[in-house]
Amino acid sequence: MDSVIPLGWWGVPLAVLGGAIRAGTPFIFVSLGECLTEKSGRINLGLEGTLVMGAMSAYGISYLTGSPWLGVLVAGGSGMVLGALHAWACSRPRVNDIAVGIALMVFGTGLAFYLGKPFVQPKAPGLPAIELGWWSDHSQVRAALQVNALFAVGLVLAPLLRWGLYNTRWGLAVRAAGDSADAAQSLGYRVDRIRLISTALGGFLAGVGGAFLSLYFPGSWNEGLSSGQGLMAVALVIFARWDPILCVLASLLFGGASALGPALQSVGITSGYYLFNAAPYVLTLLIMVATSSTRRLMKGTPGELSVSK
Amino acid sequence: MALFGVFLALSGANPIDVFASIYRGAFGSWFAWQNTLQLAAPFMLTALCTALPAQLGLIVIGGEGALIIGGIAAVVAALAMRGAPPFAVIVGMMAGGMAAGGLWVGLAGALRAYRGVNETISTLLLNYIAIALMNHLVTGPIRDPEVVNRPSSWHVGEANMIGSIPGMDVHWGLVIGLVACAAAFVLMHSTVFGFAARMVGGNVRAARLAGLPVPLLTITACMIGGAAAGLAGMVEVAAVHGRVSSSLVVGYGYTGVLVAFIARQNPLAVVPTATLLGGINASSGLVQRTHDLPDATVLVMQGIIFLMILVSEPLYGRFRMLQRQSI
Repeated sequence: MDSVIPLGWWGVPLAVLGGAIRAGTPFIFVSLGECLTEKSGRINLGLEGTLVMGAMSAYGISYLTGSPWLGVLVAGGSGMVLGALHAWACSRPRVNDIAVGIALMVFGTGLAFYLGKPFVQPKAPGLPAIELGWWSDHSQVRAALQVNALFAVGLVLAPLLRWGLYNTRWGLAVRAAGDSADAAQSLGYRVDRIRLISTALGGFLAGVGGAFLSLYFPGSWNEGLSSGQGLMAVALVIFARWDPILCVLASLLFGGASALGPALQSVGITSGYYLFNAAPYVLTLLIMVATSSTRRLMKGTPGELSVSK
Repeated sequence: MALFGVFLALSGANPIDVFASIYRGAFGSWFAWQNTLQLAAPFMLTALCTALPAQLGLIVIGGEGALIIGGIAAVVAALAMRGAPPFAVIVGMMAGGMAAGGLWVGLAGALRAYRGVNETISTLLLNYIAIALMNHLVTGPIRDPEVVNRPSSWHVGEANMIGSIPGMDVHWGLVIGLVACAAAFVLMHSTVFGFAARMVGGNVRAARLAGLPVPLLTITACMIGGAAAGLAGMVEVAAVHGRVSSSLVVGYGYTGVLVAFIARQNPLAVVPTATLLGGINASSGLVQRTHDLPDATVLVMQGIIFLMILVSEPLYGRFRMLQRQSI
């Protein structure tokens, strides 16, 4: 702790960087999942429930089996089930995907709280951290550069997803389903099945994001674990213009913004602490205002999305 | 319902008993009814926030934010009018809550009308901005330093609280909710504005060709909806909490969205739907005590019911759906 004072103001960007990595990782997973889902033409607001469910199941499995990675896998699986449920419900005629999303949000969080009751107390083995700050003597530098393996996975996943969406047959099918269901159908694709797979995979990623929350940071399971990250991801994906790589950057930005308030507090700026929390939302809103128009769609917007009609 | 029964059976409770408890906790006694109605009042108002713009084909999920902003405005109004007679203060709080909520969602409506910003996303963002704004205000400018356990604003004053309806243990918020739903129904079905709004919802292009001011209608509908949710915030402040704090952020706005969708955006159908949901929420305590189940059980049930109703909608049509609600 003796190195806290000499860092002084440099502590702020450092804390923001650390926060961006720590708080941004769940965003990366949820937003990549949501990106895939939205590319196929649906919005899944239920990812909030998926996230909490993933956090709970990861923590529970990790506690019961002692293996955090198994927990991550099961979290993804539970997210997949919820995603598939959403896709199935939405494939019925005249069912609104936003309403189903909110219903699933209630269901997912409820189920997670219900099943997660016994896991509030015990301590489950968490995910290991990778020390990238070994070269520095400052404890703060080391703390900021302590990253989790899941972060790396997220970083690799984003270009992969982008490549998959734009360079494979399968990605073409997803984008076709998202841009014009009629066109996709006439090409012989089964739109509902494509969306089912996309939403289920999106749910898988959101579940993994939840696992990060409970197994790494903050690293415990309780009912106030998620503060709307799942809902925010929907905004984040729009902010990132449906581009997986931009999703990662936007996630880091959102994560960093959430760390800005506490960081400024540590150097003595305390006023407006909570207003900083609103910064990402205000920014997203302003960008949407600046780039949208009544006459054309934003670049990259999937045409079938209910919000773009 | 059957699904939830299976779920209960799996978790080791007798499903029939639990259903009986939910019924008893929600509608089984006069006390339970009062509880239910008390909880239903904010749902009715926040549901209107979604149901009214929905007549124009908009999906607004900003009830949560408008509720919070309405609550803040009510407190600010009460503080500004300190010393005035209670009745005047209450009127001032209502006006403040409605104006603030109306402007909040109206902003989303204006962005939609003039900039083409999607209203679902903008209202979602506005919800979070409202929460951050509230956190800022209750820890700074309007903080009551005497409340230590959670940051809260100043109290609006005991004399200025809305009391109970005579002969019942239910606050006046219920009456406000019922009147608002009825007024919304009349507005949408018996006025020129309502006709124009539903025409926009039916076909925007036809409405434009007919010379209707679509942007103006959009903003107005959003403002009225927002005003209803703002009123819900005022009711919560003036009848339940007395101050603004994080206890306002309990998802009434999102429940309102579901109520509106289950009620098929019909303001009159909002009343029974909100009552049903209020009942389910009210029964959660009893279910928890008598069956030793976690309180989240009720959340699970809500989720399942919503999903089932939403999914079965195209299959059964209106009549069967109303039957389901009356279970």
